[in-house]
Amino acid sequence: MAFHKINVTVNHEPEQMVVPSNMTLMQMLRESLALTGTKNGCSAGECGACTVLLNGEPVNSCMVLAAECDGANIITVEGLARDKQLDPVQDALIQAGGVQCGFCTPGILISSRALLNRNPSPTEEEIREALVGNLCRCTGYVRIIESVKKAADMKPHQT
Amino acid sequence: MTSDTHPALPEFEYVQPQTLNEASEFLSNHANEARPFLGGTDVFVRMRDGFLSPKYLVDVKNLSGMSLLTFDPQSGLTVGAAVNMNRIIASPEVQAHYPLLVKACRSVASYQLRTRATIIGNICNASPAGDVIGACLVLGGILHIHGINGSHEENLSAFFLGPGKTTLEPGDIVTAIHFPLPPQKCSGTYIKLGRNQLSDLSIVGVTAFGYKEPTCASGYRFRLALASVAPLPLMPTEVETHLAEHPISAEAIHEAARLASEACTPIDDVRGSARYRKEMVRNLSEKALTEVWKKLG
Ligand SMILES: Cc1cc2nc3c(=O)[nH]c(=O)nc-3n(C[C@H](O)[C@H](O)[C@H](O)COP(=O)(O)OP(=O)(O)OC[C@H]3O[C@@H](n4cnc5c(N)ncnc54)[C@H](O)[C@@H]3O)c2cc1C
Ligand code: FES
Ligand code: FES
Repeated sequence: MAFHKINVTVNHEPEQMVVPSNMTLMQMLRESLALTGTKNGCSAGECGACTVLLNGEPVNSCMVLAAECDGANIITVEGLARDKQLDPVQDALIQAGGVQCGFCTPGILISSRALLNRNPSPTEEEIREALVGNLCRCTGYVRIIESVKKAADMKPHQT
Repeated sequence: MTSDTHPALPEFEYVQPQTLNEASEFLSNHANEARPFLGGTDVFVRMRDGFLSPKYLVDVKNLSGMSLLTFDPQSGLTVGAAVNMNRIIASPEVQAHYPLLVKACRSVASYQLRTRATIIGNICNASPAGDVIGACLVLGGILHIHGINGSHEENLSAFFLGPGKTTLEPGDIVTAIHFPLPPQKCSGTYIKLGRNQLSDLSIVGVTAFGYKEPTCASGYRFRLALASVAPLPLMPTEVETHLAEHPISAEAIHEAARLASEACTPIDDVRGSARYRKEMVRNLSEKALTEVWKKLG
């Protein structure tokens, strides 16, 4: 099988990687870079636990090839906090009590950050629409949605 | 290779051609082994499930012109093959002139999937359930296709041959879809019947579009496209003819919806029985056509 040399920026750090054709971005993050915050719930684009920011936009990292990412800028849940400061979406999720088992949490945080980047004061409906692709089996979503509203009211943060 | 409980992608070679000519040549030289892809949201799923095992996956999304989204007030809208659905939804020009396209794209999966999913991928996948195909059909979409013998255009209405089958020849790459400017006073809607929004294909999908047309006896022209109720995306011409020839009224729409239900040939599957689908085509066609008529005034 073919291998590809790619240059990527992951969580603000440049990385040079050699990846096989069939490696997904999710596998690269979890298995090559040990960034296991990004979760594998389905490998099929359905659960959203693997959501990361690719050039500023959220994607299901299980549905992107690592080889496609040459030159890309990637942010995972590990890259949301800066200078020992949690991102407002993280603070708000803790305050709202929106974490139970935590498996969906990294994806929820990335989708929430992406939403607030494109729409700093979303309505409840817009929050629900933005999180349609992030399944949570524990919380019932109410506190997660509360947390995004809370985060929107906090001081903005550049990611 | 991994401890995932879900299958990893099987082995293949990722190929990134630099020009359209190079891409078409590669695809034609490896006709049974190579497949083009854009977002991969259909291709990867089918490879993981074992339905597809291409030796080469040819990434065509970075080729020149593929990412252009252009609107011209004279000639209409051209959507490059690599334009993802979120870009369509966020475009002020598409919102203003082609709101039906926005509505259809919004019915697909989730925001993060739509960062990758494209209209052209939806079309080329040629699933009778494709949510955006109906809007592209009723809006008169024209495909721009690049092949080993140069480029040509093709009406979307003649593109589908069967489930997963299209008129594309080995080496053909769809580079864009063009939509003529819609009539001044027009309206459209898409009703998707599914169990939930995410990852659920439609049980039935009904796209209706209409505009005032003084040359028709009724003064209106309507188009209807149906998803998931035939081997191909269906545009029942009986409906169009009936509503062009009879004065528009609740009764005329009721009859047109009955004709739509007659025209479809659904199957029984896990998502719904054929009988249920036919009933739903009648109900939802009536609802969609009525909504469009009311909006047209
Ligand atoms: C979780 C999930 C949910 C989904 N939900 C929906 C939904 O609600 N509604 C819906 O309609 N679909 C849905 N889909 C299916 C899919 O996302 C869409 O059909 C999407 O539009 C495909 O676009 P793509 O760019 O990813 O296509 P790709 O997977 O890249 O390609 C699709 C097909 O087109 C061919 N192709 C691609 N580009 C070209 C080209 N330029 N020229 C010629 N052939 C080409 C490929 O070989 C392939 O056969 C879903 C998929 C997933 C994984
Ligand atoms: S692991 Fe990617 S969406 Fe579920
Ligand atoms: S907290 Fe358990 S899945 Fe969301």
